[in-house]
Amino acid sequence: MKKNNFDTYRRNFLSLVGLTAATATIAPNLILRQAKAKPDDEAITDKVRWGLLIDVNKLTNGGDACVAACKKEHGWGEEPHSNEAQKAQWVRKVTVTKKESGDTFSLPIMCQHCETAPCVDVCPTGASMKRIDGIVQVDKHICIGCRYCMMACPYKARSFVHENLFDQRPDTPRGKGTVESCNLCVHRIDKGKNPACVDADPEAIIFGDLNDPVSKISIALKENDTTQIRADLGLNTGVRYQGL
Amino acid sequence: MSDSASIKTNYAEVENAGLGFWAVFSVFALLFLVGLGAFNYMHHHGHYVTGMNNQIVWGMPHVFAIFLILAASGAANIATLGTVFKKQIYQPQGRLSLLLAASLLIGGLVVILLDLGRIDHVIEMATGALNFSSVFAWNVILYSGFIAIIAVYLWTMVDRNKVAKAQYKSMGIINFIWRVILTTGTGSIFGVLLARQSYEVIAMVPLFLAVSYLLGTAVYSLTLILIFKLTQREIGNDLLIRLSNSLSIFIIAVLVFECLRYIINTFVINHPGGEVLPLLSQGFTSLFWLGQIVIGCLIPLALLFGPWFKNHTSTLLISSFLIVIGGLVQLYVIIVGGQSHPLVLFPGAETSSTFADGIVNQYSATWSEYLLGFGGIGLAFCLLLIGLRVLRILPTTLSD
Repeated sequence: MKKNNFDTYRRNFLSLVGLTAATATIAPNLILRQAKAKPDDEAITDKVRWGLLIDVNKLTNGGDACVAACKKEHGWGEEPHSNEAQKAQWVRKVTVTKKESGDTFSLPIMCQHCETAPCVDVCPTGASMKRIDGIVQVDKHICIGCRYCMMACPYKARSFVHENLFDQRPDTPRGKGTVESCNLCVHRIDKGKNPACVDADPEAIIFGDLNDPVSKISIALKENDTTQIRADLGLNTGVRYQGL
Repeated sequence: MSDSASIKTNYAEVENAGLGFWAVFSVFALLFLVGLGAFNYMHHHGHYVTGMNNQIVWGMPHVFAIFLILAASGAANIATLGTVFKKQIYQPQGRLSLLLAASLLIGGLVVILLDLGRIDHVIEMATGALNFSSVFAWNVILYSGFIAIIAVYLWTMVDRNKVAKAQYKSMGIINFIWRVILTTGTGSIFGVLLARQSYEVIAMVPLFLAVSYLLGTAVYSLTLILIFKLTQREIGNDLLIRLSNSLSIFIIAVLVFECLRYIINTFVINHPGGEVLPLLSQGFTSLFWLGQIVIGCLIPLALLFGPWFKNHTSTLLISSFLIVIGGLVQLYVIIVGGQSHPLVLFPGAETSSTFADGIVNQYSATWSEYLLGFGGIGLAFCLLLIGLRVLRILPTTLSD
């Protein structure tokens, strides 16, 4: 009798240990994948490639919410001395009318975070760079302001800062004489948050890891008919569109 | 052959530089100083004081800079003709050709440098921030190398030491090859931009080579005639006729390659956006036809070929001047015109936005951009004149 009790106790104990071990192994992955949080001292990894999927049919006012959120987050477009053609625009709402059918739709266009980014290729100093997680951005410390990347970008996604700037957003350092563009809200991503445009229009824009086959964005890409703008250029963009 | 020709020719510094020489020097020095002032103005305020914007990102400073760089490569062709192709008539002019080339190149590079948004960050390039997948970075090396090669090449011409003389021919060949690569590199700056529909590498590179020869020879002819006039030296008719013939050939080459560019862009490359060359339809028509073709090519061609002008000096002088004007217009049409054409994001659709999608972009250069460009010309000719004053560059005579 005593022996049987001991056996039961032992079995229960082992089950508990096993369950705890399994939970300890699986749970952090589940939780991390959900929140995408990364400690500040942890390096970024090439195992992920961040991307966006924008459903044009679900956008709020054709992308107005997305543009407004980006502007608020990064503070561009308020340069007092620059004229309209000189003011920065990291993301813009483009209205497209098909010549044959006359169909019209609008969508936000920003840096497409190309895998083989022309802006990265042409930059003489390497300031225009791609992080190993796929985010294309400008290192303001070594940008010489030659604007060759702006000449090279097929999406016209970059802006040049034409004047001195004051009262900048703490997470978005900008500087006169350097080039800038959408950086996918890298400061938010590194804290495990979504880019500002995604939070502004969550029904229309999915953010996630293109390399993870079970991420929401990868599943949506598999299940839906999606497009890259100017796919013929073969740049393998990180920003994809649905419903074009 | 080359050695003996060099030895026979007497070279002399501009020793008794008269008022005329110093007046011309002062004009160029003033241009350079004003150019520096324009740089300071743009640098202090930012590029909002220029006509450049987020659509036309390269403007008038780049027109001047690329003009000077192309002319530099072409001006050195006179030295190549003497050394590599053994044209005796050009051998005494090798020194002037090289000094002019180096001066023009430095002038052009300084304009590009002073137009940068963050010139202070250039120091990062010296400390290793160079991206070798960039044509631009390669050009930095090509341009610096060109100046170094010219320095050594010039030394083999000037120094009577046997060691120097032994290198003369090989330096001529190296300089020739380097020039071709350098001009190819400059053409490739535009050629590699896959998104810009009016630039195609197979069309831009040969065109830039031809333009370089034309502009270089025109600037060289202008310089030669004016400097010899200023220092009261003689130029023979044979040389003037040769230079005129060279210019005619180069004008025809530019016209041929411009036609070829049009054919390649229109019929060979299958652009999704359809019509591609802005110069034929959108805002640049008159500049292209009147400025580049009529003033820059046809009138000089008529002057150089026609029987109506017997005075070779003034014919060459006027033709060269018109070619320079036409060259600046051509580069404006290529650089600004190429950017004015809207990028095609959705083939077969019309686009509009607050960021100038779907429209032909406008550009109007401000005075500061012109002054920066002229500052580069000022610097180039200041350097040339100082060189002529202190070095034995100029032959005492080039008469027949």
